[in-house]
This record gives sequence, C-alpha cells and structure tokens, in this order.
Amino acid sequence: MNVFDEERIGRLLRLLPPAPEGWVRAAQELPAARSMLDELVARAEQDAAFRLQLQADLERAVAAAGYEPSPFIVSRLRQLLKTV
Amino acid sequence: MAVEQSDAQLVARCRKGDPGAWNEFVERFSRYVYAICSRGFRLAEHDAEDVFQEVFARAFERLSELRSDDAVRPWLAQLTRRLCIDRLRLLARDTPSDTEPDEREVDDVLATLDDAMAVRAALDKVGDPCREILDRFFCRDESYRTIGDTLEIPSGTIASRISRCLEKVRAELDGRSRGSRPS
Repeated sequence: MNVFDEERIGRLLRLLPPAPEGWVRAAQELPAARSMLDELVARAEQDAAFRLQLQADLERAVAAAGYEPSPFIVSRLRQLLKTV
Repeated sequence: MAVEQSDAQLVARCRKGDPGAWNEFVERFSRYVYAICSRGFRLAEHDAEDVFQEVFARAFERLSELRSDDAVRPWLAQLTRRLCIDRLRLLARDTPSDTEPDEREVDDVLATLDDAMAVRAALDKVGDPCREILDRFFCRDESYRTIGDTLEIPSGTIASRISRCLEKVRAELDGRSRGSRPS
C-alpha cells in the first residue's frame, strides 16, 4: 500500500520536472502539423519528381513546398515516407 | 477554479476533436513521458527529445485505437518504454555497448513515476497557489527568494507555505480533504 508522507510527496514531485518548453509546444502543434504531413505524403505518393526531391534533400523540398521544415516535421516526415 | 478532468474524460475530448483538449493532453503527460525517457532510460537530451516527439505523434495518431480511455497512462508508459528501448538498440548498433537497461530497474522507476503522477494529480486538485509554490520549489528547483519575488509573497513565509501545501496534498491523497481549499 502506498503511504504518502510530506517528505515522500516532495521527493516524488521532484521526479517530474517540466519537459523543455519547446518540446511541449512542438507536441501541441501536432494537429496542425498533421494536415501538412498528410498533404506532403499524399503528394509524394502521386508525384515521382517530388518524391525524388524529398529523398535528395528533405528539408529543402519541404521548404520549397511552402512549409517550415522544423526538426519535428522533418523527422516525422522521414518516418512516414519509409512506407511510401 | 479549473475543473480537473479524469484521464478518460480528457481522452474522450481529444477523440471528439475538442479544441484545446490535445494541448491539455500534452500538458498533462509531458512530464511523465519526459521522466521515463530521462530517468527511466537515461537517454541523452537529443535522444530523449526524439522519443518524446515520437511518443506524442503516435499517441495522436492512435488514440482512437485505445481500448479503454482509463488506460491511457499505462498505454503511454508502454509506448514510451518501447521507443526508448528501440532508441537504445539503435545507438548500440552504432556504438556497441552493454547499456541495455535492466528491465526490473526500469519497472521500479516506472512504478515510482506512477506514484509521482498520483501526487501530481492530487496537487492539481489542490490547485493554486499551492500548485504553483510546490511546483516551483520541488520541480523547478527555485529558491525561496525567487519564488517570493515571482509570486510577490514574503520569502520568509515560503517554508511554512510549502509545509502547509504539502499537508493539503497529503490530505487529498488520503482522500480526506478536510475541506482544505487553497488559501
């Protein structure tokens, strides 16, 4: 059975510091990023030239498509493109 | 005062596409996922960041597959654990080492983090100003002086406030709130 005295409560609270703000913000922006990623993947599936551009230089291809190639978007897109 | 929702209620709101629900979801579980990466598996900062983002990306994509909304926390823990192990194996492939985590040790850390999340939930119920004071002192490691200056309260009273707030959290955890609301 868990017993929580004040000292233990303090110790447990110390185990959960906030995650870096930028990480949290990036994760919160996922719903907005999702439609962008869906669009880029769909285009890669239909357009061989675009797919080659992505394979050659992902960041530049994302920027050329009009999106901000944030590290999160680039890494997520890289994952998703493995299945294309 | 904000009404605290259960994990299941929050997940249900995310599923419905309720604006703001996803932000709350990330806010609620970000410390937990971060702690598993950094304390449970001791990942380096950049590896922890990759895993952290991957966990929330997969959670966002697969939330509808969750069998029970109540089970979101163990589900996230399992997902984070698997991705941390994948990351460590990937790192070991590049730089062979014997750093595969001890499963039992990880289990112990996760059990302790679950207790920490229970305390965190109790703290959320107690609310501000206790939440703010205890968070600054214990989680952000701020001094009495910094806390006092930021919250515009005499720094000489911080220690006693911390003590009273800890009592309130304990009462909340004990299920005997004694009518204690933040003063």
